[in-house]
Amino acid sequence: MTDICSLTLDAAAEALQKKELGAEEVAGACLDRIARTEPKISALLRTDGEKARARARELDKIGPDPSMPLFGVPVTIKDAICTRGLATTAASRMLEGFNPVFDAFAVEKLRAAGAVILGKTNMDEFAMGSTTENSAFQITRNPWNTDKVPGGSSGGSAASVTAGQCFASLGSDTGGSIRQPASLCGCVGLKPTYGRVSRYGLIAYGSSLDQIGPLTRSVADCARVFEVIAGHDRRDATSDPRPAGGYVAALDGKTLGGARLGLPKEFFGEGASVEVRAACAAALRAAESLGAELVEVSLPHTGAAVATYYIIAMAEASSNLARFDGVRYGRRAEGARNLEELYARSRSEGFGAEVKRRIMLGAYVLSAGYYDAYYRKAAQVRRLIRDEYLAALERCDVICAPVSPETAWDVGTHSADPLRMYLMDAYTLSLNLAGLPGLALPVGKGAESGMPVGMQLVGRAFGEAELLAYGHALERALPGIGVPAL
Amino acid sequence: MSDQKAVSREDVLKMAGLSRLQPTGEERELFARQFRDILGYMDILAAVDTEGVEPLYSVALHGGILRDDAAAAGLSREEALANAPLRNGECFVVPRIV
Repeated sequence: MTDICSLTLDAAAEALQKKELGAEEVAGACLDRIARTEPKISALLRTDGEKARARARELDKIGPDPSMPLFGVPVTIKDAICTRGLATTAASRMLEGFNPVFDAFAVEKLRAAGAVILGKTNMDEFAMGSTTENSAFQITRNPWNTDKVPGGSSGGSAASVTAGQCFASLGSDTGGSIRQPASLCGCVGLKPTYGRVSRYGLIAYGSSLDQIGPLTRSVADCARVFEVIAGHDRRDATSDPRPAGGYVAALDGKTLGGARLGLPKEFFGEGASVEVRAACAAALRAAESLGAELVEVSLPHTGAAVATYYIIAMAEASSNLARFDGVRYGRRAEGARNLEELYARSRSEGFGAEVKRRIMLGAYVLSAGYYDAYYRKAAQVRRLIRDEYLAALERCDVICAPVSPETAWDVGTHSADPLRMYLMDAYTLSLNLAGLPGLALPVGKGAESGMPVGMQLVGRAFGEAELLAYGHALERALPGIGVPAL
Repeated sequence: MSDQKAVSREDVLKMAGLSRLQPTGEERELFARQFRDILGYMDILAAVDTEGVEPLYSVALHGGILRDDAAAAGLSREEALANAPLRNGECFVVPRIV
């Protein structure tokens, strides 16, 4: 029989439902795979093999249940998402040893659907970064080439899925943190519409931008996981009450014949490397040959998106991370003489450099005298950017764009220059400003680097069913990029 | 893109104060330089015409739904205190304030 870990989630879930595979057998195969691959990629901050095996045994005892669509399916979870009884640190010294007393909404849903949680994935500290190099604990490597970064901030999730350690991982996307690592590692990642997946239990970074979403090895697998985690939750006031679901059923509902694919001219210019443009162009030609119509659209304020995004994200981060005070949870400095000193010393010891930068800049753009010039101004430009997306989506069914201007780069390349790193997020972050859904999928490999190239499909708000169906059709039109030899 | 933005080490200290952070001397130096670059880059927004544009602070598409004002079970005291770095059994412990 085929190696269990190379199955799609779809195939594994079906085999588990039919009892062709047992939950303990599948969890064991993934834990073995983790033991073999972790020394090379360091995707996971911690695993709990014992608990995972116990849960799998329990599931085997209950037996398959069609109302548990992820029955016995092993998954990993980004370390920014709370898991009851499994330490959750957001890859920060600030939260070392933090043991959540509740599950995030999305984790509750996964458990109820029968998923087996294997461990927590590495990330940039508090999701601030685009390479996973900002983790306080370890550097994750790209499974295709371990000299390269996996992207970030959900780099551990993307590497874990790509390396076959699990069948799906939950990530979070504030400015591209699901789509960009998916693209750099050559897997699929979905950033849902703002409000579609509850943020309850997600350690907040930029609350008006953050969304939890799945990373998987195929679009169909992504739809299966999304089906489980989408939905309304009263504990998140921004969670949208409209009904969710039907994503798996809708997968075969679209063909590329007659589909209007919008290409924003601002995303296909000189900003992207030659090999990224070439791989995207080849995918678009494949779509065209199946009858898709390519429509040029324009998002004129794209050039202002990086500044807009970082002002808003940093402002929200400075507010959200004010909760780390050394009192209720997290790191506490020893020997502070008063409360003020306790705050400042605990925070200075607990946070890494990038987190400090963003908190301080966020406090600055919100401070008296600068608020209007930075924060309010950015919120105004945010409206312009959102309205342009909505106008562009009037002219096409789905927008297509590269995810990252470059394929995965070498570890250490940009880590000394934060601004240069921010500019690498230019293609992903405007979507978070607009609140729209984006699906990243691999479309080929760079001719020069041999590393995966991802393209993102952007759809209308709450149009995930349509978006996944178009993604599924495009994925089938392409030859695929294979799997890394690890 | 302008790199003329003046960010002094004193500015960094002010930002650190607002943020309840105590950067080291080395960090102050480094951050001052990096903040000059980053804030200089942010000036790109000054060129965008936003006359009469209403700021967009949230992209939530529903009006915001308030829960019923009804009592519901929350965390137990034990759960709330479970991750406290210092506690006395019933309370979080902070340095003496008065």
